[in-house]
Amino acid sequence: MLKVNHLRKTFGPIQAVNDVSFHVERGEVLGFLGPNGAGKTTTMRMITGFLPPTSGTAIITGHDIVREPVPAKKQIGYLPENAPVYSDMTVWNYLAFIATIRGFTGCQRQERVGKTIELCRLESVKHQAIGTLSKGYRQRTCFAQALIHDPPILIMDEPTDGLDPNQKHVVRMMIRDMAPQKAIVISTHILEEVEAVCTRAMVICNGSIAANGSPADLKTKSRTYGAIELTLSSMPGDLISKLQQLPSAAKVETRDHSVTIYPRDPKQLFPDVMGLVKANSAWPLTGLKALDGRLDDVFRNLTQAREPAATR
Amino acid sequence: MDSIRNITAITKRELGSYFESPVAYVFMVVFLVLIGFLTFFVSRFYEAGQADLRPFFFWHPWMFLILVPAVAMRLWAEERRSGTIETLLTLPITMTQATLGKFIAAWIFLALAILLTFPIVLTTAYLGAPDRGAIMGGYLGSVLLAGAYLSVGMLTSAFTRNQVISFVLAVVICLFLLLAGWPPVTDLVARWAPDWLVQGVAAFSFMPHYEAFQKGVLDIRDFAYYFSIMIFMLFGTNLVLENRKSA
Repeated sequence: MLKVNHLRKTFGPIQAVNDVSFHVERGEVLGFLGPNGAGKTTTMRMITGFLPPTSGTAIITGHDIVREPVPAKKQIGYLPENAPVYSDMTVWNYLAFIATIRGFTGCQRQERVGKTIELCRLESVKHQAIGTLSKGYRQRTCFAQALIHDPPILIMDEPTDGLDPNQKHVVRMMIRDMAPQKAIVISTHILEEVEAVCTRAMVICNGSIAANGSPADLKTKSRTYGAIELTLSSMPGDLISKLQQLPSAAKVETRDHSVTIYPRDPKQLFPDVMGLVKANSAWPLTGLKALDGRLDDVFRNLTQAREPAATR
Repeated sequence: MDSIRNITAITKRELGSYFESPVAYVFMVVFLVLIGFLTFFVSRFYEAGQADLRPFFFWHPWMFLILVPAVAMRLWAEERRSGTIETLLTLPITMTQATLGKFIAAWIFLALAILLTFPIVLTTAYLGAPDRGAIMGGYLGSVLLAGAYLSVGMLTSAFTRNQVISFVLAVVICLFLLLAGWPPVTDLVARWAPDWLVQGVAAFSFMPHYEAFQKGVLDIRDFAYYFSIMIFMLFGTNLVLENRKSA
């Protein structure tokens, strides 16, 4: 559906996006992750035809965005960062304008606008000027603008930025509901969002792709993936040494009344520790938890290591 | 067909936004009050005792010099400042459609303001027997002149997201194009510059073409002049926007 080929963008001496290639199929929700200034927005702006790439291109359902921008743009719904919409127009008039340009006329247009307003829960404000609305409603109006023509490809730059937790939840549910029929790309720096909605995550740093995989895959790169945390009411003397002797354990860390065992072999560690616990029933164990890796760990490892020395 | 639909949609939206904000009303009131004041009190329209509108049309190029760049400065600069240019240009439209839509809307708005000066025509017709051809020609020339100023302002608006810079640049360029062919200035320059240079620069000026219309002379060359200025400036606007580096 969406194929990105060797996209590159330089602004003067700055290499903003450096050879980014990926593709997204129907049913996938791809999450762009990366620190601020990593090139997420620039990449999206090139895919949607807002910025001309220095080299490379994006193919949108068979149409090259550089060579045939108009047919390509017809297939895309785009929610830019900060939801820019004309503040002096009413929600209804704004969406009717977008619908006209998207090729709807007459009753069909009325129907489309009405349906989209319903979908995005904008009924209560549909005759208000957008400039008088709260951030959440403005964001949803811009969201409505991206959805009005039911595009096969949806590109959203930080769709939940600045929303309250309830609104965030609503937007995520909407994205999840649409996912099966569309190819969706969202950018975010909220990691829980990636786990909540994305089928695949891509970490971008300094303009190039640092990692690409499902959120679960990415988590396996975390230091804590497969680690086990024990909590005890008091610390028996033989505990640490026994744990350290396990061949599947890499490192044992203690803090107050808890012990974390990091794995050398994530699959083997759990049965080994369980065996040890059973053999030493005298240990005053109060809790045992298997950790499944943390995305922010992975994110930090991938992005900090690559940051140029000058900025550190 | 699509292109006409897109241009009309953009034109309608733009025109709507003029009238949904106070901009349109302030502009029209200021324009009408000022032009009335200049015509009646500065040019002494009544005292002249002549039923022609020359003292009225005389002021148009000078009023447009300030007022048209004020309308034009927001055309692109505002879109860039507020970021709406990103939603606009990622719609399935071409740059030319966007530029034309905006230009036509602003031009219609200016033409409307100019046509609202019609009471002065009625006054003259009541007091005497003015040359109708000269009045029609004058209005036509005035609308074309406003379009030419507007196209200059649109280009400077595309250069920058700062409306003040856009305004000042447009005023300076228009002032140059105005004075280059204005007799008091050309006479002064003609004393030392070779004739071909004076004539050559004057040919780029708004003034001689504007004055031809006031006499009621509709020459295809004057039309060609105004339309080539507009096309050139709009083409420039397209180029600037296509090659911009960021939002």
